[in-house]
Amino acid sequence: MEMEITLPLTKEKAKTLKAGDILYLTGYVYTCRDAAHKLIEEALAKGEKSPIDWQDQTVYYAGPCPARPGMVFGSNGPTTASRMDPFVEMMFQQGMVAMLGKGDRADYVADLCKKYGGVSLLGVGGASAVNAARVKSVEIVAYPELGTESIKKLHFDRYRVIVGTDTEGNVLQKQEVPKYRR
Amino acid sequence: MARVLNTEVLVPVLERLVKKACYELNDNVMCALRAAYDVEESPIGKETIKVLIENGEFAKKEQLPCCHDTGAAVVYLEIGQDVAWEGKPLKEQINEGVRQGYDKGYLRKSMVADPLERVNTGDNTPAIVHTEIVPGDKVTVHVMPKGGGSENMGAFKVLLPGDGVQGVKDFVLETVKRVGGNPCPPYIIGVGVGGTMDHCAWMAKKALFRPIGERHAKPLYAEMEEDILKAVNDTGVGPLGMGGRVTALDVHIDYYPVHITALPVAINFACNSARQASETI
Repeated sequence: MEMEITLPLTKEKAKTLKAGDILYLTGYVYTCRDAAHKLIEEALAKGEKSPIDWQDQTVYYAGPCPARPGMVFGSNGPTTASRMDPFVEMMFQQGMVAMLGKGDRADYVADLCKKYGGVSLLGVGGASAVNAARVKSVEIVAYPELGTESIKKLHFDRYRVIVGTDTEGNVLQKQEVPKYRR
Repeated sequence: MARVLNTEVLVPVLERLVKKACYELNDNVMCALRAAYDVEESPIGKETIKVLIENGEFAKKEQLPCCHDTGAAVVYLEIGQDVAWEGKPLKEQINEGVRQGYDKGYLRKSMVADPLERVNTGDNTPAIVHTEIVPGDKVTVHVMPKGGGSENMGAFKVLLPGDGVQGVKDFVLETVKRVGGNPCPPYIIGVGVGGTMDHCAWMAKKALFRPIGERHAKPLYAEMEEDILKAVNDTGVGPLGMGGRVTALDVHIDYYPVHITALPVAINFACNSARQASETI
């Protein structure tokens, strides 16, 4: 099914999504990847707060290219989601509802999606130039010292994704790949 | 008579090549993606390849990085043995060209200075530099921006000498199944067979420079390439791992003589954004 989604994606809305659904996301997401996840983990371990309130938020696993003068944002696309697998439970406990990345994830991520009512979304890895125009605003909101890996608040305008793992723990790849295996 | 070149000639060449490689998938890759679109049967896979083709065309037209991961800069120089260098150290000039290309080209800086301390160098240097001395008085510079998604899925294993052709095939297949969609299929698989550990890995990388559709000159390896390509595409992994008929665009194998005890095999993936550019000085 194809549908327009206005962010933030609440748990009630997330529950209606099925693996394989095509979504056009409009609204705010936060980029956050390896280095920023590590810093959040360290902050929480010290009893500090995460620099971002993750309640109902969508995390975009992405490290963009710098924007050319005159452009809002540079080429951007999903990075390998599985590198963030060890942080998924921590982020769900912080209130995150959706993750946007690429590639396969560990089986326990599907269990966590089911447990916390979250979803893992898939973009097209490698198709990053066309995504530049899908970002209407950008603001660095945490860890500016990380450069491309800082946490950025982006406003998406109809960014196309496919639901990879739904809140029942169904995984798109596990459904699709066997159909084409010979 | 030696041809004298000042190493500074490399700076503008490298600057041009890193930008060109990141902005423009060459015709060989674009044609392979179009052919993949024609044979793909999965609706999700077909749509995914369509997006990749549109992205490749758009990136070239707008001179934007086709993939956000503009990679580690792999630089391979074939230096004619009749060339004599003067000027600043060669590697310094290569890095200066890479630095200028990544800066002026608005490319992502992805290198950290120390793998454990992990502080970004801020200019995507240093490059990964390979040099080979070849006959003649020319210098050919090849650049391959290598993204993490595909590079991280590479694998190396030393098989037993008796494992032979089947052992190599099995190792590639088990790797393909294990890594699934992570190396951003449809990808190219480079395979090195033989040599030592270091040389084997370099052969796997170098095999990725070969154009898609070109077979190894030796029939044994050409046949293995065909067999492995078919087997990889029969896994059903498909574009970006979301299922389909096209997982690999091609498989390129290279070999080197080896010690009597060993059968080393290295696998290196080039993602769908298989970027490379070359220039001869």
